[in-house]
Amino acid sequence: MANVLVVDDSNSIRDMVSFTLKSAGFQTVEAKDGLEGLSKAQSGKFDLVISDVNMPNMDGIELCGELRKLPNFKFTPILMLTTESSTDMKMRGKAAGATGWLVKPFNPDKLLATIKRVVR
Amino acid sequence: MSVDLSQFIPSFLEESFEGLELMETSLLNLEAGDNDTIHSIFRAAHSIKGGAGTFGFDAVTDFTHLAETLLDEMRDGRREVDPKDIEILLTSVDCMRLLIEAARDDEEYDEEKIKQTTKQLSQTLANTSTTNDVNAEPSTIENEHAVNDEASDEQSIYQIHFVPEHNLAKTGNDPLFLFNALADLGDLTTVANTSELPALTDIDPQELYLSWDLTLKTEASQEDILEVFEWVEDDCLLEITKAENKNDAEPEENSIAQQPEKAVQIEQANTTEENTDVAVQSEQTTQNTSATVVDEASTSKPKAKAKVEVSSIRVGVDKVDNLINLVGELVITQSMLSELGSDFQMDKIERLNSGLEQLLQNTKELQESVMRIRMLPISFAFNRFPRLVHDLANKTGKEMELVIKGEQTELDKTVMEQIGDPLVHLVRNAVDHGIETADVRLANGKPEKGTISLDAYHQGGNIVIEINDDGGGINRQKVFAKAVEKGIVEPNATLTDSQVFDLLFEPGFSTADQVTDISGRGVGMDVVKRNIQSLGGRIQVDSTMGKGSCFKVNLPLTLAILDGQLVKVGTETYIIPLISIVESLQVDRELINKVSGDMTLYRLRDENVPILPVYQLFGLTTDFTNIENALLVVVEADGQKVGLMVDHLLAQQQVVIKSLKDNYQQVIGISGATILGDGSVAMILDIPGMIQMALSYAQTKHQKNSTSNQSAIGEHC
Repeated sequence: MANVLVVDDSNSIRDMVSFTLKSAGFQTVEAKDGLEGLSKAQSGKFDLVISDVNMPNMDGIELCGELRKLPNFKFTPILMLTTESSTDMKMRGKAAGATGWLVKPFNPDKLLATIKRVVR
Repeated sequence: MSVDLSQFIPSFLEESFEGLELMETSLLNLEAGDNDTIHSIFRAAHSIKGGAGTFGFDAVTDFTHLAETLLDEMRDGRREVDPKDIEILLTSVDCMRLLIEAARDDEEYDEEKIKQTTKQLSQTLANTSTTNDVNAEPSTIENEHAVNDEASDEQSIYQIHFVPEHNLAKTGNDPLFLFNALADLGDLTTVANTSELPALTDIDPQELYLSWDLTLKTEASQEDILEVFEWVEDDCLLEITKAENKNDAEPEENSIAQQPEKAVQIEQANTTEENTDVAVQSEQTTQNTSATVVDEASTSKPKAKAKVEVSSIRVGVDKVDNLINLVGELVITQSMLSELGSDFQMDKIERLNSGLEQLLQNTKELQESVMRIRMLPISFAFNRFPRLVHDLANKTGKEMELVIKGEQTELDKTVMEQIGDPLVHLVRNAVDHGIETADVRLANGKPEKGTISLDAYHQGGNIVIEINDDGGGINRQKVFAKAVEKGIVEPNATLTDSQVFDLLFEPGFSTADQVTDISGRGVGMDVVKRNIQSLGGRIQVDSTMGKGSCFKVNLPLTLAILDGQLVKVGTETYIIPLISIVESLQVDRELINKVSGDMTLYRLRDENVPILPVYQLFGLTTDFTNIENALLVVVEADGQKVGLMVDHLLAQQQVVIKSLKDNYQQVIGISGATILGDGSVAMILDIPGMIQMALSYAQTKHQKNSTSNQSAIGEHC
């Protein structure tokens, strides 16, 4: 069963993403910001990371960059969950090693359909 | 599959209100150049927008987007932090709250206010060099798509030439999953091109060397296919060509209407071309009216009713862990006792005693922990005041600052919820009528800026909230004169300061035609006092002319449990709240003073305390009718002391309060009931109520023709 790290500072969004993934048979671990995400990432094995961009302490782009430095996360898909997917954001995300981006408003069915592109 | 997210609405709402509060406090404290604060304000707005979009609270999303844009400009340094903008943002926070509340209750909102603020925001935004084309995504491209989409109802064949860059995998993308996603769209055949593959020794296992030619037979549109490659399109060479042969029949509008689901799916999917945002509103996508209608019909989400208010409380994990730990200990104690009980002999009595002691300890700790779960820092009640004072200062044109202390003091959630309004009232009064205008202050040798301070601290099992202002103070004479005029007190009565200030809480005081000095000090103050009393608390006023006033609110930590003194009167046991007891004493007959009527006074040091025989008040029979062999419990409420005459003092203990009002009906002089260890029911005395009873009792006796209310005592004597 695939294990997903869900990072978002908004409880409700995090709960919803997590709930959606679980109902589709994924396992999830949640973190409330980039720092916590990074520390949880180091203490587990993950098949996918879904992270918000705007967060306190460490934002999603930074988190992505940090994760890519870890041997375990070199090829792990990292999806950024954002409100705006401006070109600038995409560029920064890509530079940090993000796999792709999901656009809020969050839609469960779309989310599940989309993550199939990077994980089984 | 479809996932129902409505269960997350309450948590979204809670989070949003927290976010709004954070925005408000941060905006009030915002100084130019404080980037961290701007960032956190922006994040709060951003989260609210994101969540609101998810639940279809479109009004919230649209409005918040404007505020967010303004914040974004501040964040990026494109805009200076201007006080005027902050005012607009504060108003925006109000609007967002209004909109979210309206969404929660599924009700209408004040559209005028929203419209006005929206206009203000748009104007402010338009004033910068970088005008943002809010929401206005080009729709021309979309129209072309719409035509394509209509065509894509029938199966088409696409040739896809896909040459990924060597380092594609470094971003976590895997062509295999992309092909899987394509295969979900229709029939896919893949042909891999291995010509780029280097010799085995030269292969870097982390690189990709293959390219593919794919053939996809699908009903999906070109946009659907492009979307699959959305995340890799910059890292690959991608050519998609549509085989011409099947693409002849332009379907008519009817056919779309007959397949509504498909139409919607296409619209959702058709947004990935070039740099167009994926978030483009689907309504904009097409001119084809029938498709639009279909779209709206099928995407209109079921209105989530969040009306059922399940009040929730957020508890720190440590508190819960502690609780679980204690329950564990309780279980151990229980098993020890039951083992002891199954085979009990007298020689084990010592172990039984120690076991019971442990049980007592466990219970006590458990009780404390459970209470702590309901406790929240009082900052929840305090944090609305910076904004309130800010607004009031603007409105009254007075300068003042608010000092908040002790905001980490914890208080029961229910008490917290109910103390908010009285506090607002007191603070508003302090601003309105306490603090003087700057010129008056300067003339009186005070600093130009007034100070209002809020303080909370624990004092012997109670929580005390103080509202201080360094304003003009309360004019004692004027209050007294007003009270005489209103007929509340006799002109020749001698009253202590605290008794005079207590007059402010008389209902009669809250009329508009008052002496200006004290106006407003009385507005609704009776309600304030009533609210505080209904929480089992009391309020005291202290004031010095010219120096300022202090309102002190004393509240119990919780409403569920009360520290009480058990007393016996006849066959009945009563409970006197410890908070109101001054002292208990054996009567010294020399200090008893009989005055006219039935009133007996007891000389307590330099005060005369009226004696209240409880047996008389409640119509009980007892052997202790003579005051000389009875006990006196001196209690205080509303600045008035009385001595309750009781037969015996029993134990002091905590009792669980059961409401009489809920289970029976309100009874004067009784605030509630409890169940004692032996299973019997005992009444908890309502001290202010009893004093009221006694006073009216004395008054009716004293002046037989007086009009004051007789009912209270009549029922019970």
